Amino acid sequence: MSPESLNALSLSIRVAVLATALNALVGIPLAYALARRRFAGKTLVDLLVTLPLVLPPTVTGFYLIVLLGRRGWLGSPLYAATGWSIAFTWYAAVVAATVMALPLLVRTARAAIESVDRDLERAAHTLGRSEWRTALEVTLPLARNGIIAGLVLAFARALGEFGATLMLAGNIPGRTATVPLSIYTAVQTGESGEALGLVAILTVLSCVVLLVAGRLGARAA
Amino acid sequence: MTTMHVIVLACALLLIAAAVPAAAQELTLSVAISMKEATEEIGRLFTKAHPGVTLRFNLGASGDLQKQIEAGAPVDVFISAAARQMDELEAKGLIVPASRRAFARNVLVAIAPADSTLDLSRPTALAEARVTRIALANPKTVPVGQYAEESLRALGLWERVRAKLVYAENVRQVLDYVNRGEVEAGFVYATDAAMRAGRVKEVFRPAEDTYRPVIYPAAVVAASRQRTLAGAFIDLLAGGDGQGVLRRLGFAPAPPGSR
Repeated sequence: MSPESLNALSLSIRVAVLATALNALVGIPLAYALARRRFAGKTLVDLLVTLPLVLPPTVTGFYLIVLLGRRGWLGSPLYAATGWSIAFTWYAAVVAATVMALPLLVRTARAAIESVDRDLERAAHTLGRSEWRTALEVTLPLARNGIIAGLVLAFARALGEFGATLMLAGNIPGRTATVPLSIYTAVQTGESGEALGLVAILTVLSCVVLLVAGRLGARAA
Repeated sequence: MTTMHVIVLACALLLIAAAVPAAAQELTLSVAISMKEATEEIGRLFTKAHPGVTLRFNLGASGDLQKQIEAGAPVDVFISAAARQMDELEAKGLIVPASRRAFARNVLVAIAPADSTLDLSRPTALAEARVTRIALANPKTVPVGQYAEESLRALGLWERVRAKLVYAENVRQVLDYVNRGEVEAGFVYATDAAMRAGRVKEVFRPAEDTYRPVIYPAAVVAASRQRTLAGAFIDLLAGGDGQGVLRRLGFAPAPPGSR
């Protein structure tokens, strides 16, 4: 395998690990809130989080550019203040992968949290635990397998993200060209051997991920 | 939604799909994207002269279009932004050599966002620290990227700007990156820069002896089942009417003897 392909592989893993960590940070509280709380704008939040699952990734990528590009709503004040912009950096690949993977974690984790017996939560409440501690000590541990399955799916999605990444991070060899993007470039330039190697690695990784997620899902049910 | 609803909806969709009429005669043209407007306009002249013919434009980087033809894409005419892609197809017997004709010429320009305050009038300015990102079409597949790389190498700047390069899939994506202000500069053809005159500005023209001349060849694809019609399109491109359109859009005529 060429140095470029190895580079792409290490970048992809870095991006997927970071995106999964960000997903855990944002997605688990979000899943809990959607499963157990009532709040203003809940339907809107649910919709916004789920949209990347059904929209073409290029549409999500377009919104990310509008938001984070050098002249974007958030990107432009950031650029004015720091002279730095996220577009075309590997952080952009992390952001794209995070947004694309979030619905998978949130939906899976939410279902797992919703299936936790409410009586157990009420019992914890009765025994003087705050909602915060009940969530941490009762609800989330009981929903653990579903949450982990969600994280595994999110990792797989992040590893395979293409469209939104291409739009926000570009396809820069050695910097933002993840494995899916490198496969695309390799096919476009007729380097079928390179493509095949990367395709095989991604396929094996995805199979492993699905098997792990399936095991956890079965245990959760 | 009941099962009945689903069936009715599915039937309606099928009917809509079936109702789209098949064109009497279709000509598919794979066109280097920098030639988009020119070939579309010449295409309108063509369909006027050939009623009943529908033109399908497949636009992209010449290298991508070349790979598609090699993979057996059903294409009738190939219009490339460089001789290289056409030469490779010709060597593989995938175009009709006698139909090949060079019909236009372009020049490379460096552009910046119209509101840019940087002074980039000298090429060496690209190597300075205030320029952080330069958009370049991927030299692996896109002729304008190959020309830009040649020129930057000849100017002794390639190694100094390499870390700043942001690769685009084709020349119009470079134009878009500059237009959006994501990069400080980019390399496109003069005709592309003219298309977005209000949003981007030309900052310098690399000397024409620093890169091979940008010449557009067109040819009939060997697998075409409509070689005569495809040849007629190339005749129009190279003929007076086609050349008039090209001149108006800023293209120069191909130098005599080129193919």
